[in-house]
Amino acid sequence: MATKSKRGFIKIAAELCKGCYLCESVCPFNLISVSEKLNQKGYHPAVYDEEGIGIEKHKCKGCALCALVCPDIAIEVYRE
Amino acid sequence: MKQVFGRTESLKDTAFHYCPGCGHSIIHRLVAETIDELNIKEKVIGVPPAGCAVLAYNYFDIDMGEAPHGRGAAVATGLKRSLPDRVVFTYQGDGDIAAIGTAETIHAANRGEKITAIFVNNGVYGMTGGQMAPTTIVGQISTTTPGGRNPDRDGIPIDLSEMLALANGSVYIERTSVDSPKNIIKTKKAIKKAFQVQMAGLGFSLVEILSPCPTNLKMSPVQASEWVSSTMTTQFPLKVIKDEAGNLGAAPPSE
Repeated sequence: MATKSKRGFIKIAAELCKGCYLCESVCPFNLISVSEKLNQKGYHPAVYDEEGIGIEKHKCKGCALCALVCPDIAIEVYRE
Repeated sequence: MKQVFGRTESLKDTAFHYCPGCGHSIIHRLVAETIDELNIKEKVIGVPPAGCAVLAYNYFDIDMGEAPHGRGAAVATGLKRSLPDRVVFTYQGDGDIAAIGTAETIHAANRGEKITAIFVNNGVYGMTGGQMAPTTIVGQISTTTPGGRNPDRDGIPIDLSEMLALANGSVYIERTSVDSPKNIIKTKKAIKKAFQVQMAGLGFSLVEILSPCPTNLKMSPVQASEWVSSTMTTQFPLKVIKDEAGNLGAAPPSE
């Protein structure tokens, strides 16, 4: 068994998000925050903070808790 | 990198119309994931209710037949009896199953109809604007109980699942919740077992799911989930209410 913990990332579909922020409340590493921009529905969507940085720097483990509580299936989770 | 979470096959690629933080869309997803895990997409029939989930057929990519308000159990009975090889489930809110549809539900359970009911309990009439429902808990503020539900005037909440557990034909009844990741996982297990009870031909199964309604509780989605876990569960404790299914792994398939 590999001892190194796995890394992952999530993709948030901003147009599906309704800004309930349940994902923000469950993320164990607080990697989700609220966007300043509005989406077309008029909500401030949740954004993933590690967007665009190298995978080796990710704190996200791909635990999928955010996707589990997301009512709108706006979150896809990827893991090594 | 492999994808470990995404939209399941039995859900259409459509955005839900539900309010932000509504439990309905989580429960839709859990039901659809269960259908795909059991590989019954081609032989499952859903019966949506009247209420917020009335448009459930817009989201599930399975056969569905709408029922008049409260009559889900009666419609499902007809579907199951004419097509006994199908897996038939009703999806009902508390106003649907515990108010207008009480008679149909109790008799379907007592007859031991081989159907599954998904009972979404959010404690208010959601679609019509947050009036008191039979499941509104004592002291809860709704638009028709602005001072809180008063047991002397308004009665006490109905424990429908406990009532159905007394019925002879019910086999598996569990109350779960979608207020936290842990309870969402438990809810999915309960839904799966309820479907398996039906597929094994054992009798009536029901999963009551406590669900937050942030809009009518006038709370943020996170607060509404906390309210479900701290307050609503005092009236509706999360537990397996009846389980006479035995070892499902050993039961032969219904065909």
